[in-house]
Amino acid sequence: MSTVAEAQEENAAPPVRRPTGTSARSRWVRRAPLLPALVFTIVITQVPFLVTLVISSLHWSALTPGDKSFLGLGNYNEFVGLDNYATVFTDNRLRSAVLNTVTLTVGTVLISLLLGLGLAILLDRRFPGRGLARTLLIAPFLVMPVASALLWKHALYNPTYGLLNGTLNGIWKLFGADHGPTVDFVSSYPMPSVIAALVWQWTPFMMLILLAGLQAQPTDILEAARVDGASSTKIFRYITLPHLRQYIELSTLLGAIYIVQHFDAVFSITQGGPGSATTNLPYEIYLTTFRKFEYGEAAAAGVVTVIGTIVVATFALRVVSSLFREEQAR
Amino acid sequence: MSTGTVERTGTFLNRRKKKARGEGDLAESGGFVWTTTAWVATLIFFAPVAWMVLTSFHTEADAATNPPTLFAGLTFENYSALFDRGVTPFLINSATASIVSTLLVLALAIPAAYALSIKPVEKWTDVMFFFLSTKFLPAIAALLPIYLLVKRIGGLDNIWVLVILYTAMNLPIAVWMLQSFLAEVPKEIMEAAEVDGAGTLRVIWSVIVPIITPGIAATSLICFIFSWNEFLLAVNLTATAASTSPVFLVGFITSEGLFLAKLCAAATLVSLPVLIAGFAAQDKLVRGLSLGAVK
Repeated sequence: MSTVAEAQEENAAPPVRRPTGTSARSRWVRRAPLLPALVFTIVITQVPFLVTLVISSLHWSALTPGDKSFLGLGNYNEFVGLDNYATVFTDNRLRSAVLNTVTLTVGTVLISLLLGLGLAILLDRRFPGRGLARTLLIAPFLVMPVASALLWKHALYNPTYGLLNGTLNGIWKLFGADHGPTVDFVSSYPMPSVIAALVWQWTPFMMLILLAGLQAQPTDILEAARVDGASSTKIFRYITLPHLRQYIELSTLLGAIYIVQHFDAVFSITQGGPGSATTNLPYEIYLTTFRKFEYGEAAAAGVVTVIGTIVVATFALRVVSSLFREEQAR
Repeated sequence: MSTGTVERTGTFLNRRKKKARGEGDLAESGGFVWTTTAWVATLIFFAPVAWMVLTSFHTEADAATNPPTLFAGLTFENYSALFDRGVTPFLINSATASIVSTLLVLALAIPAAYALSIKPVEKWTDVMFFFLSTKFLPAIAALLPIYLLVKRIGGLDNIWVLVILYTAMNLPIAVWMLQSFLAEVPKEIMEAAEVDGAGTLRVIWSVIVPIITPGIAATSLICFIFSWNEFLLAVNLTATAASTSPVFLVGFITSEGLFLAKLCAAATLVSLPVLIAGFAAQDKLVRGLSLGAVK
């Protein structure tokens, strides 16, 4: 195969960014670089999900395996159709896992979005040490999630020598009290404790994207508004916020997609407890798979999680594709 | 202040960024109150990290006081205790999984992004969205079959299983990011190379790769961060031999009981590579985190 001939063939096509290949061969030449990535992704991500779909229709408990072999991977009891889904939707634990997932995701995203917006506005101004401040601010996002969960649980929330109680104690002592109040944050306020740790971790993410949005504002329009005598509040309300909209949407939805799937903080801070007060769907599925060994139920819960994520993702795709179209139009 | 100059001298990579802004026109708003607010907010957010690092250099006795002590003597004993407890293999596993999977991602994603941007295949936006949609599939929902298969072929506790899974996990992100960088490569350069007789691979390797080096660096950074920090797959698919740093961290706490200073030392140590990489390349983080949608 001559590369020169190939180049000429490709070159004959007009330089438009649209598939213009006519012959089957040139189309395959074009596809070839894509195929390894595409095939790899399909094999590693889609095939297991299809298998999960099949397992979700089986009564399969690894503790009491039946006599039917599933692709040689293990023995299941019987085909039960949608029974596992019925269990998923009627089981109290799973229902509360769904609710907890929603609370955790919505709470974390909203609070970190607001804090991130505030920080982005503060950092959009020039001030001494702005670069250093930005560097320090992104640190929470870079700390390993498991490490930050353990840090919050033990170094900050610990009732006897955690930083939060220690600080309360110190303040109380300043005012002459013997000792401050002792709050067991994780036991008393499990969900807020998990959300606070996640907010701390995700606010920098929101801040970074919103700050990029703020800095991409067209200068001329801002200057024109200022020359026309618009106040800072008005400029923010009528120029900056509308401009930021797509950045807000993007950061919200990317954040939501990651937090819906979040596992590390629940695993490390509360183990889903007390009871199932902070068990979210990923953690519940983990427990069903690796503690209760109910493979069929776990698979059904997994499918439900995917469907829930797809609902969120549909909105996400719309946002991303609008950004994407804008990109192509330029 | 001339925006025009900046636009002309700016590279094609940051056309959209109006660098001129922020250099001059906001000077009047750097008031004392806002500066103080910004710094206070920053320090509140940074405080847990600072506390983690500070505590890691304290003795256990100094770490567990109430109210907390800021100015206790500093020591390296917690770190040496970590290495005595054998953290090194875990760090090596993390490095192997992160670095090898990042290289694999690049090897697969660069040609794919080329096919999706320079000479796009038909329906290329659909393919892009297919890649993106796999990120919406929670890993937990695919874990069971992966676990069963890996167990069947005797691959549990094998670092190469993580390498493959991390590659799949990061590939969609990398395709999106690299596509956004490639879309900005001037077509004329590639056409010139083709006229000179360069084949596809040659064009990718000798013309495109050097131009998008910053994009490749940003992509590698993001892939590295996500792989290094990954926990769910690591904790479920490894036992001892192939465990990565986050698994070490969790196991360390369980087996040692609660030693706050050692926990802080361990948390600092395992977070360090990502902190360093992230600080060094913070300007590239945004584009990576937004899949290249925000420059």
